[in-house]
Parts: sequence; C-alpha cells; structure tokens
Amino acid sequence: MDNWASHANPLLPHGETTHASSVDLLFLGLVASSILVLVLLFFLLFRFAIHYRAGNTNADRDHRIRKSWRLETAWTVATLVAFLALFVWGARLYLNLYDVPGDAQPIYVVAKQWMWKVQHPGGQREINELHIPINQSVRLIMSSQDVIHSFFIPAFRVKHDVLPGTSEEIWFDPRKAGVFHLFCAEYCGTDHSRMTGRIVVMQQPEFETWLARQDVNGTLASQGASLFRQLGCSGCHGNGSKVRAPALEGLYGSRVSLSDGTMEIADERFIRDSILKPRAKIAAGYQALMPAYEGKISEDEVVKIIAYVKSLGGEMGVPQ
Amino acid sequence: MKNAPNYLTEDNSLRSWLFTTDHKRVAILYFVGITLFFFVGGAAATLIRLELIEPQGHLVTSDTYNRLFTMHGIIMVWFFLIPSIPSTLGNFVVPLMIGARDLAFPRLNLTSWYLFMVGGATTLYAIFRGGIDTGWTFYTPFSTMYSNSHVVLAITGVFIAGFSSILTGLNFIVTIHRLRAPGLTWYRLPLFLWSLYATSVILVLATPVLAMTLLLVGLDRVFGIGIFDPARGGDPLLFQHLFWFYSHPAVYIMILPGMGVVSELVACYSRKEVFGYKFVAWSAVAIAGIGFFVWGHHMFVSGQSPFAALVFSFMSFVVAVPSAIKVFNWTATMHKGRIRYDAPMLYALAFIGLFTIGGLTGLFLACLAYDVYVTDTYFVVAHFHYIMVGGMVTAYFGGLHYWWPKITGRLYPEYWARAAAILIFFGFNMTFFPQFILGVLGMPRRYHIYPPEFQIWHVMSSTGASILAVAYALPLFYLGWSLFFGQRASANPWHTTGLEWQTPSPPPKHNFETTPVVKRKPYDFTIKGKPRAQNA
Repeated sequence: MDNWASHANPLLPHGETTHASSVDLLFLGLVASSILVLVLLFFLLFRFAIHYRAGNTNADRDHRIRKSWRLETAWTVATLVAFLALFVWGARLYLNLYDVPGDAQPIYVVAKQWMWKVQHPGGQREINELHIPINQSVRLIMSSQDVIHSFFIPAFRVKHDVLPGTSEEIWFDPRKAGVFHLFCAEYCGTDHSRMTGRIVVMQQPEFETWLARQDVNGTLASQGASLFRQLGCSGCHGNGSKVRAPALEGLYGSRVSLSDGTMEIADERFIRDSILKPRAKIAAGYQALMPAYEGKISEDEVVKIIAYVKSLGGEMGVPQ
Repeated sequence: MKNAPNYLTEDNSLRSWLFTTDHKRVAILYFVGITLFFFVGGAAATLIRLELIEPQGHLVTSDTYNRLFTMHGIIMVWFFLIPSIPSTLGNFVVPLMIGARDLAFPRLNLTSWYLFMVGGATTLYAIFRGGIDTGWTFYTPFSTMYSNSHVVLAITGVFIAGFSSILTGLNFIVTIHRLRAPGLTWYRLPLFLWSLYATSVILVLATPVLAMTLLLVGLDRVFGIGIFDPARGGDPLLFQHLFWFYSHPAVYIMILPGMGVVSELVACYSRKEVFGYKFVAWSAVAIAGIGFFVWGHHMFVSGQSPFAALVFSFMSFVVAVPSAIKVFNWTATMHKGRIRYDAPMLYALAFIGLFTIGGLTGLFLACLAYDVYVTDTYFVVAHFHYIMVGGMVTAYFGGLHYWWPKITGRLYPEYWARAAAILIFFGFNMTFFPQFILGVLGMPRRYHIYPPEFQIWHVMSSTGASILAVAYALPLFYLGWSLFFGQRASANPWHTTGLEWQTPSPPPKHNFETTPVVKRKPYDFTIKGKPRAQNA
C-alpha cells in the first residue's frame, strides 16, 4: 500500500495524468533554459574572474567596450523573447485546467480542520481517501467549512485552494492505477501537516466493486431529496406550490436571467450561492422571498441538495 | 587630523547615544537592533531545521512548530531583512556618499529607530506570551477567526515597525533630492543611492497598504466586522490581494538595496566603472515600478480569475528582465577589470551566483502551469531563501565588510573574512538546494510531520544549516575582535572613488570639514591617485 507511484522517478514525466505529462515537459523546458543561462553566465564570470585578476599583469585591458547600448538592447530583447515563450507555454497549460471535459464525473469534497470529506454521487462517503477509476475524467467540487485549505495531488501536478463561502473546482484524468499522496497545501492551523490522505486510482471493474461494497444510505441526490422536503424547500419550489418560486426542473446548466438584467449559467456554484445567499442573485420576475440558508445547513447538506437539484435534469448532464 | 574627535569619540555617554540625531550613530543603533533580531530569527530557524531531521516530529509539538516558523518569518522579514541594508549601511553612508552633513530629517531618523524597536519589542512580547501561529502571511479567515494565538499583539508590532519603514523611506527620498553636494548630478550618483531611492519609493507607497490590511485584520478579530468573513458577506481573498499588494513590492524592498551594494563592490574591486551605468540605475527604478503589478502571482491557485492570472504571470516575467540586465552588467563590469578578491568581492560574486539561481527559479514560479504544481511547496521556500538570504543577506555582509573600516575606523581580519564568506556560500547552498528538490518532489511547506521518503533531503538541508549557523556566527567574533584589536584604517583603504572615502575613518561628527564639490562620474578609476572630488 505504501507504493507511492509519485516517488518512482520524480524528474522524468511518467504520466499519471495527461496534464502531469505536459507539466513535466514544461519543467524540463524550464530546467534546460535555466542551465543554458547558468552555463553561459558562470563561464563568463569564471573566465573574467581568473583572466582579469589583479595579479595577471599580462591580460589585455585596452580597448574596453565603451558604447554599451547595442549590447544592452541585445540582451534585453533576447531575455524578453525567451521569457515570452515560457509565459505562453505555461499559460496554455494553465488554461487547460479550466477546460473541464463534459463527461467528467462530479465528486464533492468538503474540507475542514483537519480532514477531507468526500461524497460520491452514488452516496458513498470517505474521509481522507479518494477512490477513482482509471481513464475517467473526474471533477472535484470543493468547499471548506472553516479556513482556507488547498487540495494538492503531487503526482497529478494539480493543486487548488478550497475556500469557505464558495466552491472551487479541479479536474484530472488518471492514466495509471496506483496510490498517490493527497496533501493540504495551504497552512490551516495545528494539524495542517496531518491533513493528508490517499488518492486510490483503480481499474474500472475494481472501482465498481469498491463502490458496491460501501454502505450507502441512498444516492447523494436521494439524500438531497429528503433534505429538500425536511428543510421546507419543496413548500415553495415543489410542484403545485402556492408560492411563486422558480421551478428547479431542467435548471442545471441552463442560462438564468437575473432581476438585475444579467444572465448566469446555473452551475454548481450558482445553485450553491442561491441556497446560501438567495438574495444576491434573484431570478428575473421573482420576488426576494427565500430566506438565506448560510450558517443554517452544513457543507455536507449543501452538497446533497445540489446533487438533488442537478438530478432534476438540465442541459449539463443526465439525471443521476 | 589624527587626534581630532570623530563621531564615535565625540561624546560617549549613554544619553548622547540614545538621543543622538547623528545618522551614523542611528545606524549603529540599528546595527545593534537588527543583529539582535537576526539571531532571534536564526534561533527559530535552527529549531525548525533540528525538528525536520526526522519525519515524525518528536522534538516539538505541532503547535510549537507552527509558532516557530511564524516567528522566524515575521522577525526575519520585518525586523531584519526590510531594515537590514537601508537602515544600517544606508543610514550610515547616504549622507557621506552625497557630501551632506546628515539626513534631511535627523530627528525623524531617530524616531524611526524608536518605532522600530517598540514594534520589535511588541512582537517579541507576543512571542514570550505564547507566540502566534498564523504564518508570517496572516491569511484570513484563519488569523481573524480561528487562530488561538497572539495575533493582535504580533500584528501591532509589525504595524508600528511599518511607520519606521515609511519614515526612513521619506527621509532618504528628501535627502537624495535636496542634499546632494554641488556637482553631484543624478547620473553622478553611486548606484547604491539609485537602489536606495527606488527602495524608498516602495517603502513610502506600499507600507501604508500593509498598515491598513493589518488594521482590518485586527478589527475583524477583535470586533468581528467581518470584512474577510464570507459568512458575513466578506471575502478572504480580499485579504490576500491587500497583503500581497504590499508584500510582493516588499520583496524588492529586501533585494534592491542588496543589488545597490553589489554594484558598488563589483566596481570597486574590478577597478572599473559599472558597465551600462544608466541601464543599471534605471533597472532599479523599473523593478520598483513594475513590482507593484505582480502581486497576483502569489494567488494562481487561490481562485482568482484565470484572466487575472495571465496578466500577473506576464508581468512577473517582465519584472525579471531588469534583474537580468543587472546581472549581465555586473558580469560585463568585470571584463578587462583589475580584479582583487577581498572578502567584500567574494560576497559580491556569491550574490551574483545565488541571486541568479533565485531569479531563474522565480521564472518557474511565474510560469502558470508549473506554479500550480510547486506553489506552497519547498520549491517556493528554496526560491525566496536564494533571493532573501543568498541575495540580500550576502550583500549585507559584503557591504558590512566593505564599509566596516569607514564605520569603525578599523580593518577587519581579511583571512577570517574570506573564510567566513566561503563557508557561508557552501553552507547556504547545502541548506537550500535540497529544498528545491523537495519542492519538485511535491513536499508541501509548513509541514511539521512529513512522509518518510522526503527525509534524506531534509537531513541534507539540516546539515547545511548547521554549517550556515557557524558561518553566520563567525563575523560576530572576528568583527567584534577587530573593534578593539583591528589595524587602524586609513580614510580610503580600498583606494576607491566615492565621497564617503574622502573623509577620515571614522568620519568626524559632521562628516566633512568642508562641503565637497563633485566634478566627475562615479567609479572613475582612470586617473590614478587623484581624488574624485576636490574640496571647494
């Protein structure tokens, strides 16, 4: 179990994810250009240091370079061009991190001092572990219950801060089965260094078996459905309600017109904000009647209700 | 001249020291202050390195460990690095270099020392009361709502010390504008003064933002105003923007003066004018200016918009260009020089090497996709120690040795000084290079316990740290020895240019008998034996 694949050969790409391979290539590019600069600079430094030492009276010190602007312009422009190339390379890869594949499996992560709580759409829960299948893109929807944490999987070369009061996303496509480190990378108090865990990448059939073996109290969406009734949400948002509240069927992924004239895509973060701070974004044509649930329900419960709302259908995916 | 009183012998009562307005004496007071804080911060670092020798963290508890790295960071950043070169060497030589009798506001100068010491004492008091565990970055909402430590006391100390920074910056700006000797035009200024000028601009413009930010943290913590609390409509990221808006320019407060010192040293010991003087001068100003627009590179994984990240990444590459220009020009200065290897030159060469490595690894961090991987790992720790310690502290020691004869009137023992410089160089690399490897392997920073596979690199780093600790203690002894037994220094022991060398060592109370008149460029070594300035 302690066979950390990330440790095998750290300096060469070995492709735990597509992104990891690209980042390792970028690393080699950065190292190569740095070594080039260092070799050139140290060669000159050492050569000048030795040849022009005060004791060497034979050194030719005539015809010192006086007009310097040509040299200055040359090395300034050369530096700028090289930097620009590195900037573009790094930026393109970075933007990939925001380009989530449409078929990525959503998994919910809640961070708190000092543990990671994971909830799968099927209702499976784990703590400080994340089991995922190989060759399937995974999208983590992450929020924090207290301070800022950071979800860091070194082997996948990805990291993202997890904030209170909002949700952040990260995605990856594991290409190799194995067990990898999960670290909290943002200092979060006493047991920050114990807020670690394992990412377990399994073959598809094994993953199915693992999912089936877990004790499940209904899918995340069905747990959300009962919360939806318990908390009284269905009183207004349910069918046949007397109060005029926006219908939630087909909401997920659709474009919502807001009362301030703007449009927003109803993604997880939108649904979450609408539950916790409903008055911030009022759907056009509706009144600001809904009470805020901020501080009244836990992060785990928010996640379940989001899963339920998503299960009511929408443009972004099939109901689960 | 031999028996004429100098600034040290003029009046030796304690009262005359504590109420002095002589910039040279204030500089000595600062030396005492920052040396004290350097060893306090160093003691914390020693415990951290001892602790990390083994992965299970048996030496201290997690809470203690967190307090140690917080204290190390706060003390070293605000009570050593930021005042280090400007307030000590700068305070001493700025008026001498421009041919003035003192800084523009001598009493303000003493005030800033007192503010600095009161701030430092407040922070030390917070440490003795049980410390603070937020990290030197005070990230919210941890610092405002969750930390059970002396946050308010510690930030009060930093808040007070901030005013000392602002006053010093203000004093330098006015002094350099108003008190230059006749004939000392801007392009005749030594490059150290260009650097300090650029530094002062940052001190004056950025430090107030730190003060406001810390004030908001204090208000949020004590009165719960909720500005950084999402549950009350606040935003924890707002804190990061405000904090780094100060703290990234603060990095240049910490390195620009070092660059200035190195320009002086390379010119003096190569016996050559600094190559591309105007480019080196303006690159300091460019760094100070562009440095205000890169703060977001501390937040590439924090949830800021990817478009903001693109802009900040680009600007971070741009700000590296003037630094590269400086390195190229120092190297070119040595070309066809007549190079002597006194200890200050060894420090200058060490600076160029270490700063270049620090700068190049800075590009790794400016590069978006790579930063996502190594931010908040030991790679960052190694990178900024190469800049701050490998760069700034090395330059500080270089400058200290260079101006030591002027400050004390005594020569330091050359062989001891060279040995210490070399030992510092090797100890430093052995301490911090393994930390780059730890970062590339994915080891997060601020970890009290860690997976055993990282241990070998930590052991290497700690071994280097013990060498470094000895190396940093050495100057304390041989410089201390030289104060009493060192050979007496002439006015210009390095046979160099610069007005500070045209007056006796140590200088008389009012620096110059008569105001010097400057007739030539700085670093003009072409005319042998002729002083650069002639008295009017």
